[in-house]
Amino acid sequence: MALVLDIQSPPVEARGILTQFGTNIIHENLNFRVDRGEIVGLVGGSGSGKSVLLNTLLGLKEPEGGIVRYFGQDRRSLKPELRQEINNQIGVLFQGGALFSSLTVRENIMVPLREHTDLPLQLMRELADMKIHMVGLPLSAATLFPSDLSGGMKKRAGLARALALDPSLLYLDEPTAGLDPIGASAFDQLILGLRDAMDLTVIMVTHDLDSLFTICDRVAVLVDKRIAINDSLPKVQAFDHPWVQQYFGGARARAANTAGLDAEQDLGSQ
Amino acid sequence: MNSTTEIKRHLAREADAPRFSLSEVDGHLKLTAIGNWTLKTIADVDQRLKRELENFNQQAVSYDFDGVGEMDTAGAYVLSRAIKCKTGKCFNWSIKADNKGQNMLIQAAADARMGKLPDQGRMWYDVLVRIGRATNRFWNELYDTLAFLGKFFIVLTRLLFNPGKIRWKSVIAMVEEVGINAAPIVMVLSFFIGAVIAYMGANLLASFGAQIFMVELVGFSVLREFAVLITAIMLAGRSDSAFTAQIGAMRMRQEIDAMTVIGLETFETLVVPRALACLISAPILTFLAMLSGLFGGMLVAWLGPTDVSPILFVGRLQDSVPIQHFWVGMIKSPFFAIIIAVVGCRQGLAVTGSVDSLGSRTTTSVVQAIFAVITIDAMFAMLFLQLGV
Repeated sequence: MALVLDIQSPPVEARGILTQFGTNIIHENLNFRVDRGEIVGLVGGSGSGKSVLLNTLLGLKEPEGGIVRYFGQDRRSLKPELRQEINNQIGVLFQGGALFSSLTVRENIMVPLREHTDLPLQLMRELADMKIHMVGLPLSAATLFPSDLSGGMKKRAGLARALALDPSLLYLDEPTAGLDPIGASAFDQLILGLRDAMDLTVIMVTHDLDSLFTICDRVAVLVDKRIAINDSLPKVQAFDHPWVQQYFGGARARAANTAGLDAEQDLGSQ
Repeated sequence: MNSTTEIKRHLAREADAPRFSLSEVDGHLKLTAIGNWTLKTIADVDQRLKRELENFNQQAVSYDFDGVGEMDTAGAYVLSRAIKCKTGKCFNWSIKADNKGQNMLIQAAADARMGKLPDQGRMWYDVLVRIGRATNRFWNELYDTLAFLGKFFIVLTRLLFNPGKIRWKSVIAMVEEVGINAAPIVMVLSFFIGAVIAYMGANLLASFGAQIFMVELVGFSVLREFAVLITAIMLAGRSDSAFTAQIGAMRMRQEIDAMTVIGLETFETLVVPRALACLISAPILTFLAMLSGLFGGMLVAWLGPTDVSPILFVGRLQDSVPIQHFWVGMIKSPFFAIIIAVVGCRQGLAVTGSVDSLGSRTTTSVVQAIFAVITIDAMFAMLFLQLGV
């Protein structure tokens, strides 16, 4: 293989990012780094530019300043082949699933396989079915169209498509938004399980405090146009910033915190 | 990650291609795999493994993955073929030098292979089923469109007794969109049609030495049929599809549901303004189309080989083309307008959640509208024939 990625180095790293729309500065001197194997939660107020940051990290948007590195390599100086190689290492779950509505669930998952591999069709189908199973959908969902799925099933199907090429880096945009608490916590456990099985690095934008407390290794807080802190949850909670204090000091956060601790104790006692 | 596995990984990368060996003792299959078992590498090895596995009748499998470098879900899936599965049950298997990640991958792959969907084959009578469905759909569409038309007239009558409730603002905005913006294209098309008829007529009639009758030909055909048909077909292609797309998109984003819940009546707010806009625009557009069609004919008559001057053309038009032909054309336009608006709105409201349905409904809408226009035109032709107009 001519192109070998050093998958040990940080999958994604942003340095000195400047983003602005006209005179409106969204990010200024923003630094963000994710290490391999971590689940990082990205939080920030509405309109703080989380989605813009996600787009910047994904390469859907070029920042006005600063650099983005994938696996230690500057994105701008990548050769097209290596860029493709890296893209195949990245899976994205968009907020509404973003499934192609004219294709069945199985065909949706087969799209990346068809595009980037030359496997026999039958094997592709079987691999797609395996992904359907892995994300916890019934196999009968394979032949359904996205419009026949519920919100939670769409997210699972979207996740299956994101995992089609076995990426090492997974972006999740509000994965549990719009799910009921049972569905949300099942989805959290699914992410944890997949991380272990597939050796994933996960970046998730979320407002779900339960997710932050139960599955995130680190939490990055986007406030004042930059990542104010990117650390383990207790340290973030202790961080001296009014917004952070309000975010983690509210009644909802306290409830989620105790629930998270209970869950950990349950796991420990088993 | 300790250094020995690091070195092993490195070695495995050198020996990229996945290879395997199988041996069986007392129904216990030993599968030794080496190389990288990933999406990129398994295409060839899969078939080989599948073929060779047919020679064994194992009860249990033990994997030796010591020489395996990278393994992803695809690789695990291929390797899991050695595990025989029946619905809901897999025979036992184990991995030498248990690696947590590999274990989970094989487990996931084995789980996925339980409970396969039966293949959906095609039956010989499928074609009959489809014909039946299509016929059924045709009648349903016809019935639904007529029902919609009926409901529309009920609402319209109710509103006409209470004109204050009609949304005139949106009617006027629609008239601009449906009527004024369409005027140039309708006039250009009609101009060319008039010119073509004049040209063909002049050529044909010249062989009888009766070129001057081209004036009647242009007058009759443009006034009675072409002006109103061109207008209706333009409306169907331009406005009817826009109605379906607008209302369909609103339906997809649940705007229609929101309107209903707030207490806005869909017919009053969406359908009636569009229909009234068509009703106002269509006769005006038809009139403009008649003018430009006649103008096109006149221009060809004057500048073409027949050399009929505009004064002669207009004079003859007044003498030999009775005014009733103008009214025959005009009277049809409101009927076309209503049917186009109703078909467009009905198809828009029939859109379901998916983008596909929006596309197919828009297509259906245009096809149905043009179909309805031509059918109604044919019915009018028969009616006028009987009446002797």
